[in-house]
Amino acid sequence: MTNGNFDFALAIGGSAGQGIATPGDTLARIVARRGLHLSTYNAYQSIIRGGHIFLTVRIAEQEVRSHGDKLDLLLALNQDTMDRHLRLLGSGAAALYNSDDVSPGDAGDGVQLCPLPVKEITGLQRVGLNQNTVALGAMMHLLGLDFSLLETSIAQQFARKGEEVVNENVRVALAGYTHAQENFVPYPDPMPEGGEPLAVWSGNEALAMGGAAAGVKFYAAYPMSPSTGVLHWYAQNARSLGIMVRQVEDEIGVANMIVGAAHAGARAMCATSGGGFALMTEAIGAASMMEIPCVFINVQRAGPSTGVPTKTEQGDLWQALGASQGDFERFVVSPLDALDAYNTVPELFNLADKLQCPGIILSDLLISEGRYSIHPRDIEFHPAIDRGALVDEGAASGGEYLRYKDTPSGVSPRALPGTPGHVHIVATDEHDEDSMLLSDEFTNPHRRRASVEKRARKFQDAASLIAPPEIEGPADAEATLVGWGSTAGVIAEAIEQLAERGVTANRLAVKWLIPLHAEEIAAALSGRKFIIVENNYSGQFARYLRSETGLSAYGHVRKYDGEPFAPHHIADGVADLLGGEGGVFVPRQEVIV
Amino acid sequence: MTTTTIELTPKDFKGKVDPDWCPGCGDFGVLNALQRAASELGMQPHEIVTVSGIGCSSNLPGYINTYGAHTLHGRSLAFATGVKMANHDLNVIATGGDGDGYGIGGNHFTHTARRNVDLTYVVMNNQIYGLTTGQVSPTSRIGQKTKSTPFGSVEYPINPITSAIMNGATYVARAYSGDVKHLTDLIKGGIRHKGFALIDVFSPCVTFNLDNSHNFFKARVRKLEDEGHDTDDWAAACEKAMAWGDEIYVGKFFHMENDKESLTDLEPVLRDGPIAKRQGGLTEEQADRIIQRMM
Ligand SMILES: Cc1ncc(C[n+]2csc(CCOP(=O)(O)OP(=O)(O)O)c2C)c(N)n1
Ligand code: SF4
Ligand SMILES: [Mg+2]
Repeated sequence: MTNGNFDFALAIGGSAGQGIATPGDTLARIVARRGLHLSTYNAYQSIIRGGHIFLTVRIAEQEVRSHGDKLDLLLALNQDTMDRHLRLLGSGAAALYNSDDVSPGDAGDGVQLCPLPVKEITGLQRVGLNQNTVALGAMMHLLGLDFSLLETSIAQQFARKGEEVVNENVRVALAGYTHAQENFVPYPDPMPEGGEPLAVWSGNEALAMGGAAAGVKFYAAYPMSPSTGVLHWYAQNARSLGIMVRQVEDEIGVANMIVGAAHAGARAMCATSGGGFALMTEAIGAASMMEIPCVFINVQRAGPSTGVPTKTEQGDLWQALGASQGDFERFVVSPLDALDAYNTVPELFNLADKLQCPGIILSDLLISEGRYSIHPRDIEFHPAIDRGALVDEGAASGGEYLRYKDTPSGVSPRALPGTPGHVHIVATDEHDEDSMLLSDEFTNPHRRRASVEKRARKFQDAASLIAPPEIEGPADAEATLVGWGSTAGVIAEAIEQLAERGVTANRLAVKWLIPLHAEEIAAALSGRKFIIVENNYSGQFARYLRSETGLSAYGHVRKYDGEPFAPHHIADGVADLLGGEGGVFVPRQEVIV
Repeated sequence: MTTTTIELTPKDFKGKVDPDWCPGCGDFGVLNALQRAASELGMQPHEIVTVSGIGCSSNLPGYINTYGAHTLHGRSLAFATGVKMANHDLNVIATGGDGDGYGIGGNHFTHTARRNVDLTYVVMNNQIYGLTTGQVSPTSRIGQKTKSTPFGSVEYPINPITSAIMNGATYVARAYSGDVKHLTDLIKGGIRHKGFALIDVFSPCVTFNLDNSHNFFKARVRKLEDEGHDTDDWAAACEKAMAWGDEIYVGKFFHMENDKESLTDLEPVLRDGPIAKRQGGLTEEQADRIIQRMM
């Protein structure tokens, strides 16, 4: 029996086209319905057939903060998967495979090999994606789960294809289950019952839903991995939610279109990855100059250029900080996990509306394409919506309306096009309070200075609108691990591993990059030995932090091979750095995926 | 269209500042025609949004009394589509130059026509980059000498009329800015038309393109109305549009009135009115439905 510590990871590996997603999904739903937490990470390539795909599903009674580092069950759908991963299984783990096609090779001590003679046990001559269903059946036995759970899942999944398909799938699943009962030893700890049923979402779905909850009414995109999931969610749901979604000709069009829609009064958002974001940048500056609130999401992938489309990286921090020509303020925020991504969207929209400026969200492949359990109760479906200073549509104009009135706060009430009595223009050229252009007719250094200062003034107290990051964990820890965005969860797990090794560490997870709480961060880190953990080569955050606070880290743990950190990568790095004199530690990725 | 019935004159559509165009610039005629069209159609300034890119011609929104957006170089159509999709109660007019629309903005031109977005697009085609002091443009003629082609251009020009028709625009016209009355009528037709309307206007740059001057066009333009041209006939329209010699045609080349719906009509989400007027996030029922699908 368990004591709340059930923590199990399984992986399904094969080539693209072998239908890995489906058993992964079925399993995730069974697990989440049981009230267990899960986190999945899919290592894949930008191909439709072939290659090597490796889906890790971690399941636990406690919340799961990363895909972890150990593997308890390997389902190898092809020989390649077996060859790559079997050697990494430790004692107590099991490997499941179709013995018609795959042979195991040398397994470590205590690893249970579970061959499935699929043709024989199903009576099928030709086996296709069916082998996944057979394997799912066998897994149910290994995990100590009732076969009926799978039966229900299959019935739901194939309901649309008719009774015959459902029955055939149940039959082959049962063949796998029965064979496993007769031949394989289940894990000593069966999968426990968790609490209430949980839902499953990806980070991209969380971002999209966060937009819907924030009142986004216009979403535009050009497909680009790993951001496309946001577009897919809107495409599927927008119509029933009264939201417009457009796939535009390119990211330049996307960005300018959302600025236009936002100008007309709709909350408007778009998502892309680094390459598309690069094309959007001129429009981000335009949104700043015209003072139009809108949100741009960059789901980072490994760059530069086309880079590694299906691999993760935190390489676009500086791109976001400096996106677009000119010297201007924008919000830049990097959510810490999927739920945080969801909550960030309405918060950022409120801020952007309040200060009439663009906001940038830096997600990455790890957060966006991972799938996670979530308790429905934890999703705030009705967040506060604050549209900022807007002129009432019915308002009579009280004399002359100045769109860019130079107010003490720098914020000037916005009249939406269509409002009688408030006709004005907005311009990407520098302009005065009444939007008259400074550049073409005459330049006026005093007026230019006033306009620059008016826009900048809006941001003077922006940091006070946002919660500063705080150190979590023991105050007297030997080291503080500093991360930004998606590394928060894996750092927390690394800290637990370090504790087991007798090293105390705490964490500072930075979410808001502009405005950066430089004073609070400097106060929190002063006198501490801190190590910055980031998913890039050059230490973009480390350099940014130094430029804003003057603080230099004791050490750095960096990974830029495309795969995310596993907890032990960080724990190893921290231990190594503390044992030496700091510097940069680059963990080696053990599995080639 | 409006709750007030006060008839406005073209003067009421005068902007806060006077144009800084060179004396004799063709763009004056376009501005005049737009102001006359708005007044003759009984429109109110707040019902119109004039969206431009960057260029001499793109300065137009500052000179007309309507809502306006002077956006980035080449991006007027993308921005204008955003405005129109967010609030289709507004009349959205995009204005700009040949470089802005057919060069840097060419991709948006293609796709805005294809989508048949309900916009009126008035291009002041002077066959040159005016604001940047006279470089070759996508509509400059082969052989034309400009600052960036001092020995004559070796590239063929784009034909905006045939491009627009092929890309799916449903109202395609050409005018000469020296004939303000004719241009006004074509703009009015474009505004009334439900769908993407292009009015490509020969609007001479008297400073940097001396080849395509007022005199050049005055001597050559022939009105399609006088030629018995059938505006349903796209093939005839393209043939007439290609003519470039002693006779150059202006007028309405192509008009598809009913056979192709505009994006506003095709987009089911707009059936309940403008999305910009729908505030708020999710209802309880919507939230429930979303969570059910995630379980
Ligand atoms: C991204 C970008 N590239 C270049 C420019 C410089 N630029 C401004 S206007 C212009 C060309 C204008 O030509 P056209 O659109 O034909 O307008 P005209 O001045 O002839 O009316 C250029 C190249 C710019 N503002 N932005
Ligand atoms: S440079 Fe040419 S296009 Fe520009 S204002 Fe002068 S005449 Fe007109
Ligand atoms: Mg031009």
